[in-house]
Order: sequence, then structure tokens, then C-alpha cells
Amino acid sequence: MTDMVSPPIPPQRSRGWYKRNEIAVTPWLFLLPGILFFAVYVIIPIFQSFWISFHEWDGLGEKVWVGTGNYERLLGGDRKFEVSFWNNIKWLFLYLLAIPAGLFIALLLNQTVRGIRLYKSMFFFPFVLSQVVVGLVFSWFYLPREGLLNAILGVVGAGPVNILGDPTLATYGIIAAGLWPQTAYCMILYLTGLNAVDPEQIEAARLDGAKGWKMLWYVVLPQLRPATFIAFVVTIIGALRSFDLISVMTNGGPFGSTRVLSFYMFEESLSEFGFRMGYGAAIAVVLFFIMLFFIAYFLYSMYRDEKGAR
Amino acid sequence: MFPTPIEKTSRTWQLTYQALLPVALAIWLLPLIAVATFSIKPDADFTNGNYWGLPSSFEFFTNYGKVFFESDMPRYMLNSVLITVPTVIGAVALSCMTGFALGVYKFNGNLWIFFMFIAGNFVPFQILMVPVRDLSVDLGLYDTKLGLVLFHVAFQTGFCTLFMRNFIRALPYALIEAARVEGISEWRIFFFVVMPLMKPALAALAVLIFTFIWNDYFWAVVLTQGPDAQPVTAGITSFNSQYRAAYHLMSAGSIVAALPPVAMFFLMQKHFIAGLTLGAVK
Repeated sequence: MTDMVSPPIPPQRSRGWYKRNEIAVTPWLFLLPGILFFAVYVIIPIFQSFWISFHEWDGLGEKVWVGTGNYERLLGGDRKFEVSFWNNIKWLFLYLLAIPAGLFIALLLNQTVRGIRLYKSMFFFPFVLSQVVVGLVFSWFYLPREGLLNAILGVVGAGPVNILGDPTLATYGIIAAGLWPQTAYCMILYLTGLNAVDPEQIEAARLDGAKGWKMLWYVVLPQLRPATFIAFVVTIIGALRSFDLISVMTNGGPFGSTRVLSFYMFEESLSEFGFRMGYGAAIAVVLFFIMLFFIAYFLYSMYRDEKGAR
Repeated sequence: MFPTPIEKTSRTWQLTYQALLPVALAIWLLPLIAVATFSIKPDADFTNGNYWGLPSSFEFFTNYGKVFFESDMPRYMLNSVLITVPTVIGAVALSCMTGFALGVYKFNGNLWIFFMFIAGNFVPFQILMVPVRDLSVDLGLYDTKLGLVLFHVAFQTGFCTLFMRNFIRALPYALIEAARVEGISEWRIFFFVVMPLMKPALAALAVLIFTFIWNDYFWAVVLTQGPDAQPVTAGITSFNSQYRAAYHLMSAGSIVAALPPVAMFFLMQKHFIAGLTLGAVK
């Protein structure tokens, strides 16, 4: 792309200050409302949360300064926090399965037969549904007596399982529900990516005798890198943001075994368990730092691309 | 093309593939098919234990009629519309401006402001929760639709800016330069040169944001309570406690709640996918 600075405009008679500085001022005028909104609702609250996390606060009365007290309590053996943290780690890793699963379905559907377009959109369908609906649907699917899953298991002779009622299984059950729409999303990313794969390279590789796995690994996947990157970004963010499904499917239970940080934070600050805003904010700050690690990586990759593009 | 085009494979494999497609789809959508069947079953089927068999009678109109005329669903739906539509307009309008500023002009801090929007968009919601709720209470916006709209507009501006800026970046810059040489003022360039070229991006963003906001649950729970302001995602959960074991009504309600974004997706599929995959293909 060409240089962004426009050629100097010859000065005319009696031009106002705005006219003379138009190029310099206009971007700021255009940015002002957006930045204002974003600052008030996003940027400033981040710092406020940091501030609140050093206090004990019920959301109404005076904030009482406790320094790092909340963090000491949090990291000093809060069982609920530990469970939430490890569940977040499970989410993070298992959610990534959406990427290969999405690639698999994309490869399956990347054909030109009659009606394939409809198939592609039907496979994408789960992503359009609200997580609340997905959560409801899956909790019925898992019902111990009436659920379809147990009906199927019954056919193959496996005993009934109460997935959402079992503390060791519940989190996996919820993650499986989350993988459903997420896989659909990754599938669309890969389908679009496959469209852009260079057919000449494929042909050339075929002539060299590459096919199947080898072709996928050495020829196709490298060309799908941008799609993989986006899939990675959205999946990580989705995993760390998981809240809706947990809230709808188990409400953190059984025995708090399905809590994740975002849910625990909500529970501490805004639920029948009390309004411990300071403690909640401290949990949110921890989650923020986990996310920041990934955000920094994403921004760094984008920065590299920007520099490379110039 | 990868994998090998199906036309070049053996006849048997072609037939197998075409036969397997509907089977795979049915398995993939199994939970959804179950819910759709639930929603047309009579109540008696559930008490008799006929969960997965065919409906003993076709109760489409009874069940959906109940949802529409005897529950709070229509109110929740209306709330969702009144929250989603202004948000889409607001977020798209703001981000057209920010995207234009960041995509067309070169100035100090351009990239940093851009990154601020992206980073803010990736932030976990929870870090905003307490202060945003507090702010809404202070402004008297707690439990109002306006309160949700303002927050959503602000938050979505992050994502939309990313989208718009990249889109504008890909437009031919020579057009803008030519307009400047003609002496056209900057805001006119925005309205008459850039905006007309942004139509596909506007459509893509609008459907995408519509779906995101319609499906939002977290902020609905944090910033509203009760049927006066709550959107349908939050409404369906109170519906759930009201009709706990009435699966037929719950399923009908869920399907109704899910319909607008689904309709949006099927009507605007091309734009929707273009929006989702922005940046995935260079």
C-alpha cells in the first residue's frame, strides 16, 4: 500500500484553522466518540477492578482497604479457587479439540456434490444458537433417566450415567457441550481457508506422489495457517470466557465441581452467597492476567504482520 | 483441491459419501432434532415416559400457542429486539468512524489505539463486571434496556473497529488520494467515497453483532433482572424454573428464542461467513 500521508495541498486564501489542519484533526474527531465509549465502559473499568480488588466491599457501603489481603486469601489455599483454576486449565486444553475436529468436518464437507451448501450451513447451525439454548439442550441430552445419551448407551448395553450429577464427569460433560458450537465455528474457518488453498501446489504435490496425510501435513496445513491462527484465538478466548454453559447446566455444581474462574467470580460478587465485590474483583484480575498472556501473544503476531505488510 | 474431488473417485465411494452425509448430519444435530421433537409433543408423552419415541399426537399449535400467549416470552423477545437493534446500529456507526480514522490516516499512536481496541475486545468480561454494574447503578441505568445497549455498543466497538479498520485498509487507497487532490473535504470522503464501498462490511458486521448480542447471557444477568428489561436468553432461564419439567413448553420456548439469529444467518449467510472469517484467508 502507498504511503498514508497525502500530498501537501496548496494553501488557499483565508482558510480557517480547521481547513489548514484537516488531515491532522479529522482522525481524532472520528475517533473521539468510539474512544470515549470504549474508555468509559472497558478501559477505565479494568483499572477500577484492580483498585477494587485491594478492598473489601459489599457493593454498597464503604470500601475497606485490605491491601493484598484478597490475593493472599485467594492463593493461600482457597479450595474453590483451586478447583476453578484447574477447571479453567481443562477447558483451555480440551476446548482446543474443536480445532482438529473442525478441520476434520471441513475436509469431509469440502466437496462439490449436490446440496453440499445446505449441508455446510446445517453443520454450522450449532454456532448460531445461544449458549443458553445449547446448555439446555445438552442438559436434557444428559438427563439420567430420560436423556437421549442414556437411551443410546442402553442400546449398546452400557449402564446409565448421570454426567451432570457426577463431580468427576460434570465438567467434561459441559466442555463437550461447548465443543459442539465451537467445532462448527472452526469448521467454517477451515472451509473458507480450504477455498483459498492454491490448486496448483496441490497438483504439483500430487505429481510428486504426495497424498493423504502427507499432503495434508506438508502442503495443505501450511496454507491454512491464517485459519488456524484465528481458530486458535477464538477458541482460547471462548474457553476462558466460559460462563453461560456452566451457569445454565449445573450452576457450578455438583459440590462446586464445575466452577471456573469466571463463574466463581460471579458467584462471589453477585449471588446469594454474598456480595464480596473485592474478592470477586481479585479473581477477575487473576483471570485477566491469564488472558493477558494470550492477548499479548495475539497482539505481537498482529504487530509482526503489520510490520511485514509495509 | 483437497481432499481429492469426489468426482474423481470410484463410483462406490461416491455413493457411500452421498449416503453418509445425511447420517453424519443427523448425528451432528441429534440434540437439536430431539428438542424439535419435544416441542411438538403433548405433555402426556413425558409423564408416560415416551421421551424419544414419535409424538403420540401433533401439538405444535398448542405448545407454541402457550409460549406466545400464556407466558412472558413475547415480552422477553421484544426486549431482545429493543436491545439488539440499537446496539447493532450504534456499534456499527461508531466503528465505521474509528475504522476510517485508523485505516486511512497516519498519525502518532495509530497502531496503539488500534491495539487498545483489540486488547479490550479480548478481555474477560468478568474484569469489567463490578465497575460496569456499579456505573450503571449510579447512572440509574441498572435494569434498563438502555443500560445494556450502551454497554454492548461500547464493548462491541472493539471488535467492530478491528473488522472495519482491516476492511478499509484493503480498499484501494488511490481513490482517497484522488478525492483529496480534487479538494474534497475529509468528512465528505468518509461519506461519499469510503462508506459506499463499505456496504458488504456493514452487512457482515450487522448480522454478526446481531447474533452476538441476541445470544448474550452474561451481561443480561449482570445488568438486568425481571421481565421489564431482560432479553430472551435470561428470560428463558426464568422460564426454565417456571416450567421445570414441562419439556414440551421449554423446547418450544428455546426454539422461539433461537429463531431470530438463525433466520438472520440463513438470510444473510454469505455476509455472516465473510464476517466470521475475516482475516482467516489472505
